[in-house]
Amino acid sequence: MKRVGVFVCHCGSNIGGVVDCAKVAETAQDYPGVVYAVDNKYMCSEPGQELIKKAIKEQNLDRVVVASCSPRMHEPTFRRCVESAGMNAYFMEMANIREHCSWVHSAEKDKATEKSCDLVKMAVAKAIMNKPLQKATIPVTDRALVIGGGIAGIQAALDLANAGHVVDVVEKEPSIGGKMAQIDKTFPTLDCSACILTPKMVDASSHPNINLITYSEVEKVDGFVGNFDVTIRKKARSIDMSVCTGCGVCMSKCPSKVDSEFEMNLSKRRAIYTPFPQAIPNKPVIDRDNCTYFKTGKCGICQKVCTLDAIDFTQEDELVVTRYGAIITATGFEQFDHSVYGEYGYGKYPDVITGMHFERLINASGPTMGKIKRPSDGKVPKNVVFIKCVGSRDEAKGKAYCSKTCCMYTAKHATLVTEKIEDSNVYIFYMDVRTGGKGYEEFYNRTREKYAAQYIRGRVSKVFKQGDKLIVRGEDTLLSRAVEIEADMVVLATAMVPQEDASKLAQKIGIGYDKDHFFTEAHPKLAPVETHTQGVYLAGACQGPKDIPESVAQASAAAAKVCGLLSKSEMLTEPIISQVNESICVGCGLCVPICPYKAIDLKTISERDHGNIIERLVADVNGGLCQGCGACTVACRSAALDLKHFTDQQILAEVNALCL
Amino acid sequence: MSVNEVVQEKEKEVEQNWEPKILVFACTWCTYAGADLTGLSRLQYPPNIRILKVPCSGRVNPQFVIKAFQKGVDGVLVAGCHPGDCHYTSGNYFTRRRFLLMRRLMEYIGMEPERFQNRWISAAEAPKFQQVITEMTEEIRALGPNRKLRDDQW
Ligand SMILES: Cc1cc2nc3c(=O)[nH]c(=O)nc-3n(C[C@H](O)[C@H](O)[C@H](O)COP(=O)(O)OP(=O)(O)OC[C@H]3O[C@@H](n4cnc5c(N)ncnc54)[C@H](O)[C@@H]3O)c2cc1C
Ligand code: SF4
Ligand code: SF4
Ligand code: FES
Repeated sequence: MKRVGVFVCHCGSNIGGVVDCAKVAETAQDYPGVVYAVDNKYMCSEPGQELIKKAIKEQNLDRVVVASCSPRMHEPTFRRCVESAGMNAYFMEMANIREHCSWVHSAEKDKATEKSCDLVKMAVAKAIMNKPLQKATIPVTDRALVIGGGIAGIQAALDLANAGHVVDVVEKEPSIGGKMAQIDKTFPTLDCSACILTPKMVDASSHPNINLITYSEVEKVDGFVGNFDVTIRKKARSIDMSVCTGCGVCMSKCPSKVDSEFEMNLSKRRAIYTPFPQAIPNKPVIDRDNCTYFKTGKCGICQKVCTLDAIDFTQEDELVVTRYGAIITATGFEQFDHSVYGEYGYGKYPDVITGMHFERLINASGPTMGKIKRPSDGKVPKNVVFIKCVGSRDEAKGKAYCSKTCCMYTAKHATLVTEKIEDSNVYIFYMDVRTGGKGYEEFYNRTREKYAAQYIRGRVSKVFKQGDKLIVRGEDTLLSRAVEIEADMVVLATAMVPQEDASKLAQKIGIGYDKDHFFTEAHPKLAPVETHTQGVYLAGACQGPKDIPESVAQASAAAAKVCGLLSKSEMLTEPIISQVNESICVGCGLCVPICPYKAIDLKTISERDHGNIIERLVADVNGGLCQGCGACTVACRSAALDLKHFTDQQILAEVNALCL
Repeated sequence: MSVNEVVQEKEKEVEQNWEPKILVFACTWCTYAGADLTGLSRLQYPPNIRILKVPCSGRVNPQFVIKAFQKGVDGVLVAGCHPGDCHYTSGNYFTRRRFLLMRRLMEYIGMEPERFQNRWISAAEAPKFQQVITEMTEEIRALGPNRKLRDDQW
């Protein structure tokens, strides 16, 4: 028989003024298992806690029930208290007779006392069923993985590395840098993007704590917080990185030319290439799909011209498994495929381009050496029309959300056109102008006032060709009249969307994503960089549209979280997790898809059955992943799953106690 | 008095003093916290409920509900975070589906489905907690004691 002690708190007059605490204690004496019951003015005070400790020793108690305020207030206090008297912390139960009783039934003293008795009875019944639980410690591997080497990934890696942690950055492209490397100047200050980004890229590549793993992707993620085993596929680069010096002779001699992705197909690159001159690492890769040698078996010019013998056609993809304590996903965004807006003529008219094309056209190291020339005939455009919200804020054809950066980069583009082209005219079709951010509204005002960009509120209905002009037909909804503008070039501010494979990556890592496939944070307000999977954090535009300052801020926030996690070599885990009774689990697997944390897997066990060894499947709960919600326990038809500290037996004991 | 008469007499007496007894399964993260806030705000409601804390509304096995009715509870409320707000992302979606099935089952066995309710009450919704409990208590009072499922007869 268990020996339960009941301690009823008056909380001054908070409880005692309504509930007859002495009577509650007296009634509790008769409950099965109760050997000791007292009331006291303040249980949480030093003397109150001493009373509990003394009673545990003198009365030889093995369970304690404290009837007082909410466990959300003082459960940790009383757990520590019983623990210091040598009792397992989980043998202590609380009955909430303040928030749930005296404070809400202050005029009904008898009823409140009766209810308090019931609540104590339930707590006693539960306490008797409680099992000792221990917080387990799990080791934490002091190494972090950053997925994506854009500005967010670079910033997070630098912060972590500077704090003394080893970081691997996996980037799927041949170079780090992300979209920021493609951008020319950055709002709201118009400093050159490369000038502020390349030093960071160099820092990252030369930092002793950072390993850049470019041209690589995450294949598989196993394990849990502190101990993620990540398989990384290093795609065959066809270059021996340890020998190549990045001299670039091979690139100049390669006969196979293809559209450059980095230049938005506005110029060509070779089959052996670096995406851009300041690429890091500045060593080429062979694009095997377009390499003559890989396509026909002939060529091999690069191999012949390389004096260091660095070209290796026989290289194969390599899979490496590394253990990480934490993961930051920073995979950024893509531009919305706006071919659904056929009326804007993209694809049909070469002079209808996107914002990112414009960035390349205006960039001094871009395909036109920074001269704004229209793609069709190389003429300098005089009239440039910008169309905003292409794919944003349009539930019918595009995305419901606002892409947040387009208002500002369109204003930036408008000022750049006016600065670079004399006598030019800029027209901007917009739905709303949203320029929240430090210095942003001022920038927008300058664009209108100093640079005389003409903002027209309304949607464009059609873009069509007339001679060598593009006619942009739309509506000015403020003046409620139709407008037609003769344009030389049209620039579309397309929506920011997540990477095409974002949902696949999320599934591999086991994090959530929203209907647009942006990764979901653990809490939109209070945990904006955490995910529901402990140990996995988010940074940058992969979580939602963001500009550079926001991406950098979030990256540093994520890095700070990871620093906290990696600063200790071990971490405590909550023991309230689900457990499988293997002897009755039938291996049906119904519980597997229920778990929001992918904590359950089926495993094969072998056991002896009438002298034969048989193998069968049973569920296996990963204690590092389980968060203790209990959803799986209800799904199990065999009742093989149970949640520790909230077992079926414990809950039913409370139900029974209420009704006896 | 015959034995039968004694039983009847006793039954009448109990009936007269009858007060609804309602069991509330409240998830730790939203409704339990909401009930705490109701207390902190000193909002008053009928003393007929007993709150049983569970990590998530999705932990509530319909078996617990049936057991409670068998043991003579007059009403059961399962309350948790609003859909989309479950601390464990999806627990309350299961709750919602189980709730609908459970109501069907109750109809099937001839028990008033109103005895079993399911509400979403956030940690900030103290007035809603007060209102839900007040209304439910009145509803159950109007239905009278649960006799259908309870094992023991007076
Ligand atoms: C036209 C245009 C102009 C802009 N101008 C400005 C401006 O002036 N000022 C400003 O503040 N912001 C500007 N922005 C916004 C800016 O580009 C973003 O805020 C910024 O690039 C976000 O950084 P990121 O690191 O989150 O994402 P990205 O820059 O997209 O970087 C993500 C990186 O992750 C890699 N990656 C993706 N998936 C994987 C995977 N599965 N595995 C490994 N690696 C992966 C990508 O290759 C990429 O290198 C502009 C945006 C556009 C479209
Ligand atoms: S208790 Fe919840 S988190 Fe743990 S295994 Fe079950 S469903 Fe998953
Ligand atoms: S634990 Fe239950 S639900 Fe999961 S596989 Fe075993 S029997 Fe099936
Ligand atoms: S945690 Fe409240 S319903 Fe799941």
